[in-house]
Amino acid sequence: MWFTVEDGLTYLVGTQCTACRTVCFPPKTGFCPNPRCDGEQLNETRLSRSGRVWSYTNSCYPPPEPFEAAEPYVPITIAAVELDREKIVVLGRVKDLTVADLSVGMELELTSEDGVWLWTR
Amino acid sequence: MVVDAVILGAGMHPWGKWGRDFTEYGVRAAKDALAEAGIAWTDVQFVVGADTIRNGYPGLVAGSTFAQALGWTGARIASCYAACASGAQALDIARTRIMAGLCDVALVVGADAAPKGFFKPVGGPGDPDWLRFKLLGASNPVYFALYARRRMELYGTTQDDLAAVKVKNALAGSLNPNARYRKAVTAEEVLASPMVADPLRLMDICATSDGGAAIVLASRDYARRLGARDPVRLAAISTVTPTFPNTVLELPNFATDSAAAVPPPARPFRSAIAHAAYEEAGIGPEDVSLAEVYDLSTALELDWIEDIGLCGPGEADKLLRTGQTALGGRIPVNVSGGLASFGEAIPAQAIAQLCELTWQLRGAAGARQVEHARIGLAVNQGLFGHGSAVITTR
Ligand SMILES: [Zn+2]
Repeated sequence: MWFTVEDGLTYLVGTQCTACRTVCFPPKTGFCPNPRCDGEQLNETRLSRSGRVWSYTNSCYPPPEPFEAAEPYVPITIAAVELDREKIVVLGRVKDLTVADLSVGMELELTSEDGVWLWTR
Repeated sequence: MVVDAVILGAGMHPWGKWGRDFTEYGVRAAKDALAEAGIAWTDVQFVVGADTIRNGYPGLVAGSTFAQALGWTGARIASCYAACASGAQALDIARTRIMAGLCDVALVVGADAAPKGFFKPVGGPGDPDWLRFKLLGASNPVYFALYARRRMELYGTTQDDLAAVKVKNALAGSLNPNARYRKAVTAEEVLASPMVADPLRLMDICATSDGGAAIVLASRDYARRLGARDPVRLAAISTVTPTFPNTVLELPNFATDSAAAVPPPARPFRSAIAHAAYEEAGIGPEDVSLAEVYDLSTALELDWIEDIGLCGPGEADKLLRTGQTALGGRIPVNVSGGLASFGEAIPAQAIAQLCELTWQLRGAAGARQVEHARIGLAVNQGLFGHGSAVITTR
């Protein structure tokens, strides 16, 4: 959902307004969110595959349903990553890294697993 | 001439985990507010209920639920939902009607009965609130923790600072009979509490509570006829929305707006909320005697102190460390005990903040009284671009 994989590389799929170039993630349909733009043509666009960590955390307890937590539960790591070109911050779970491995400004890139996008080193 | 809206009475049902119907908390608070105002329920011309979405249909039509529970009188009603700002919007609706001269006296009530543990998603599959749990496991503390970690890395805030916020607010809450948690805590206890979402521990994060709060608002003329001398004035209510592009990651979103095509606004959302209220009241941060800010986490209290202009970005830790935001300090913050001592009863919370400001400005806050309290500010922010700021003056 909201990403695509090509040649083993994962891309987030957002939309871009043809009138003002505003990018949205998750993808939007219908109307441009820029209040000064009347654009109604939002085309699918692939976002940058890497960005810098805006912030990060984890969930020490299993998140409530509908999240499907692994058993036994291992804390999931979550990062908000800023994409330079799109100037947008995108949340995602982090693969194979704990909060001890992360810092603000660190570069992460996109991957995917089990139907969801993940940030990783 | 613009009609002034003033506060005639405030009332609260103590916060807790009582396990009863939310209506009971709201009605208790309403009756206390009416008693404080010195008017009868049958005098009320307009009732506004702040909705709770966790209590079925009665929660969704709170104005009607409270009016019926108090006994139908034919009073006009409104109900509104605006996440954490529900109470402030309810107050704004009543205040606007009074200022327009359409009624003289109004009752505003909010109450909630909250489930145990993490808030679960509201709504069905496909809703943004459902999806963030499904895809990311991103509970509310995850978002609070992202703000907290960023603050620590940008400004050098430490876990000791976060613990100090909790210690300060727990001490204040111990003096407040309406607070749920009335025990002072030590920094060691905070730092020993289990990690929930790094860097936030259990005692850094606000609980969810049952509670109810109510305010009786009136025109200044009505108050005068009643003999209320020098009542607390509701000087401003700001309910502004974010300005595109909102570059702060907000609950329950997956991403911020993109600032690639349009530069970000000069004021980020939280400071814009406070700024609009300052403008409306014709005052500035330097005039504020005390502030109630929405400490969903200890770190968020520090963010808010900067957002409302009590100091510059990154300087709230210094105010905290030097005791300036404590009771008895230069600019006390969350002398009610804050969410740290109350836990969140969503539709009641903004009304409860105003109850505290009212009692403080009247000099009726007992052991937690702020000396010479003349101007109070209360702020909050919640899901889906809702936020509010309320200013009271005397
Ligand atoms: Zn556009």
